[in-house]
Amino acid sequence: MSTHDHNSGMNFDGHGHDDHEGHHDGSMADYVKGFIYSVILTAIPFILVMTKAFVSNKTTVFVILAFAFVQVFVHMKYFLHMNAKSEGGWNMLALIFTAILVIIMFSGSVWVMYHLDNNMMPMSTQNAHDMV
Amino acid sequence: MSSTDTSSRFYVLESHPENGSLLGFWLYLMSDCLIFACLFAAYAVLGHNYAAGPSGADLFNLPIVALNTALLLLSSITYGFAMLQMQKKDLSKTIKWLAITGLLGAGFIFFELSEFSELIADGAGPGRSGFLTSFFALVGTHGLHVSFGIIWLVTLIFQLKKHGLTTENKRRLMCLSLFWHFLDVVWIGVFTFVYLMGVLS
Amino acid sequence: MFANLNLTQLIFGRLTLESIPYHEPILLATFAVVALGGIAFLGSMTYFKLWGPFWRDWVTSIDHKRIGIMYIVLGIIMMLRGVADALLMRAQQVLSFGDSAGFLPPHHYDQLFTVHGVIMIFFVAMPFVTGLMNYVVPLQIGARDVAFPFLNNFSFWMTAYGAVLVMISLFVGEFARTGWLAYPPLSGILASPDVGVDYWIWALQIAGVGTLLSGVNLIVTIIKMRAPGMTMMKMPVFTWTALCTNILIVMAFPVLTAVLAMLSLDRYVGTNFFTNDLGGNAMMYVNLIWIWGHPEVYILVLPIFGVFSEVVSTFSGKRLFGYTSMVYATVVITILSYLVWLHHFFTMGSGASVNSFFGITTMIISIPTGAKLFNWLFTMYRGRIRFELPMLWTIAFMITFVIGGMTGVLLAVPAADFVLHNSLFLIAHFHNVIIGGVVFGSLAGITYWFPKAFGFKLIRFWGMCSFWLWTIGFYLAFMPLYVLGLMGVTRRLSHFEDPTLQIWFIIAAIGAVMIFLGIVCFVIQIVVSIMRRESLKDVTGDPWNARTLEWSTSSPPPDYNFAFTPKVYELDAWADMKKHGYVRPETGFRAIHMPKNTAAGFAIASFSSACAFGLIWHMWLLVIVSFVATLVAVIVHTFNYKRDYYIPADVVAKTEAARTALLVSHVH
Repeated sequence: MSTHDHNSGMNFDGHGHDDHEGHHDGSMADYVKGFIYSVILTAIPFILVMTKAFVSNKTTVFVILAFAFVQVFVHMKYFLHMNAKSEGGWNMLALIFTAILVIIMFSGSVWVMYHLDNNMMPMSTQNAHDMV
Repeated sequence: MSSTDTSSRFYVLESHPENGSLLGFWLYLMSDCLIFACLFAAYAVLGHNYAAGPSGADLFNLPIVALNTALLLLSSITYGFAMLQMQKKDLSKTIKWLAITGLLGAGFIFFELSEFSELIADGAGPGRSGFLTSFFALVGTHGLHVSFGIIWLVTLIFQLKKHGLTTENKRRLMCLSLFWHFLDVVWIGVFTFVYLMGVLS
Repeated sequence: MFANLNLTQLIFGRLTLESIPYHEPILLATFAVVALGGIAFLGSMTYFKLWGPFWRDWVTSIDHKRIGIMYIVLGIIMMLRGVADALLMRAQQVLSFGDSAGFLPPHHYDQLFTVHGVIMIFFVAMPFVTGLMNYVVPLQIGARDVAFPFLNNFSFWMTAYGAVLVMISLFVGEFARTGWLAYPPLSGILASPDVGVDYWIWALQIAGVGTLLSGVNLIVTIIKMRAPGMTMMKMPVFTWTALCTNILIVMAFPVLTAVLAMLSLDRYVGTNFFTNDLGGNAMMYVNLIWIWGHPEVYILVLPIFGVFSEVVSTFSGKRLFGYTSMVYATVVITILSYLVWLHHFFTMGSGASVNSFFGITTMIISIPTGAKLFNWLFTMYRGRIRFELPMLWTIAFMITFVIGGMTGVLLAVPAADFVLHNSLFLIAHFHNVIIGGVVFGSLAGITYWFPKAFGFKLIRFWGMCSFWLWTIGFYLAFMPLYVLGLMGVTRRLSHFEDPTLQIWFIIAAIGAVMIFLGIVCFVIQIVVSIMRRESLKDVTGDPWNARTLEWSTSSPPPDYNFAFTPKVYELDAWADMKKHGYVRPETGFRAIHMPKNTAAGFAIASFSSACAFGLIWHMWLLVIVSFVATLVAVIVHTFNYKRDYYIPADVVAKTEAARTALLVSHVH
């Protein structure tokens, strides 16, 4: 349902203060800073992977995940203007709660599925050999 | 003190509840986050099930992914410019930057669709393996969201032309802004977790 | 000629005359009854010229009160279907021993247990709690409607159409035979190529969208539209439970949407999410669907806990004991409900470490519910208890739910669950908590708020009949199942070989019949109360001497709920107002800003459901046309900027004056 429609709600059209209800509007500086940081945080991972800069894959993975994590914060702050005050703090609370649930669902699923796969998927001859 | 005086403290004569559109839309976006979380989880579980078929390293074309990432990132900042023009109450410049955003988004979809059709033509379609299933579902769902965003954006341009920068239209622009930037955030996850890590494994 | 064939395919897909079950006598008989009833109903609507009012005042209504009533009416109608399915199953299980095969072949029986579960959860329990929350919450917080009234209407019609799709499957095609959660690979395209699973998928997707949007709606309503002075910790407990329920909805239903989408991709496009080969993993379906499924049961029960808090406090004549701990318990349940999901598949093989973790979390989640129970008991202690019907339902709930909860904690022990998983013990457990909890609570809530909604109470006699038939019937129907489960009997069986089991099934069948009679009495109660409404009239708007704001309005409330928005100082705001000798204002009314009725919600829902029907039957032309129609309807709706109007001050004055006259007449 991405073509989400919005009801004007119980509101007068002349009520012009909604724009400033606790959420702050972006400024040119914000957008430009956000853009530049994002470009850097994107370019470096691409370069690291395309040039195979680190010998160990694990290091590369760790680094690019860290960059992605930071870039999410950059987008939240500079593009989405996320702060603890918008909508009386409910936006931030909703975001944190969602993030926690995403972590639970994602890591929980990976953990559970890893165990299920190990215990239940067809055995290779090596596994069978090891079990004896 | 008459009962009218005591009673009158228990009600107000006028009440204007705050508009809930932005909070409501943000909550919807949080629910959308969960859909993507499920698709990411599916990719995490199925992402190495190549079924003796091609893997990410075999298939992914990183330069095109970099191009797409650039297009989406640019479109984020052009949307930002549109919002700045909206704050300055400049209708025609707002529409101009929105249109540029839409074109960049359309470019993103174009390259993504070409990528998909090439994969399918090479026999690496969504039915080939668990890996490709989860790849197409995740990246495709993101693309579907971008497509709906473009339809919404075009609709809004018409509505801006018709009614101008009214309070209601500004609210809608802010909601689309949240949506558009959110899609860019999801893309960070996609290009990192799917494409970059896919090439490495 | 070839082109002709393609056209038929394009228009009708795989729908043929053979899809209609001419050869099934039970279905034909059902159809005859439904058709007769339908003709009678449609005939009366036409004869009494009710179509106009129906369309204007109900179908297109964005009033949360009407939408709430429609949800509950939907739930009652679907409950009749769901219990009919249950009776058929019970009858089959009584008869089908040894050489006797009963009267239902497995092909039919399997659809029964599937559709029974789907209907009861999605189209009875969910509509009941959604309806109660929709009706009550805006009134309890002193608001005039929900945050997004149009979306509310749309959400209702999506839920209703989901139910319609399930009902259509009875006469056109068939339903899934997979159980109510349709696990793959059984629900995959290879094992279930027919329309049944597709009906299941799309009915749930359509209803799911409605529910999700309803969740967003109520959260924003509660956060943004509370009366001045009503801080979070001065909200009624029912509103708190509604808030947490809707948070669960917004944070769980997307998972269902995603999983159903994955399954439909497997079925329609040939992807490999849950297939046995090419790298699919069917266990992932079970994992993901229960990540949704567990919060879902808390979505069902949390509002009910809220109902009981209101009822216990009102009928004990005291404020609720331990308000703060009630709030904390509700929030803790909300969070913990995301940490227990694996207990639904302990036996799938994740091993000891994973099973222990989830077993422990499952036990922990029972604690806050226990705290709630103690709070209700302490509220009753030293109260002046009035044994009105809602209170009776509450007491029956407390006993029944505790038993069910205890068997749940028993099942939480993985080792015990290995023996009892998918036995009749499990069936007994979940019916115990759902009937004892959600059904008893819904009936309590409906009885409690009925006078508010309609202006007259429900008659006590038929309600007592319903109550005792339900309660005794429940124990007769389900206690034997605990015994059978402990003896090792598996669920979803339509035939047995061991004749010593039969007596238990006979007792269960008697119980099921009693439950059915309980429902019949409930319907009679409503009919008789309507007929005798003058003698049952609620004049004051506060027939139970209750404590929360909804009782400060007339019964039924005017369209605008409150002529003036209340100002709140204390918890139990209405009790506070009564304590201070509050007198309603009779003059000085102003024009009130209200949203307009609209057909857009019904239209968009209709187009989406047509698209779903097309997808089920592979009617690709219908799919494309209705999908485009849906999109166009949504866009057209967004071009409508004139969605509200003002109720003039003199109309408000007139309405309020009528109420004043009524109150005065009552005194004399």
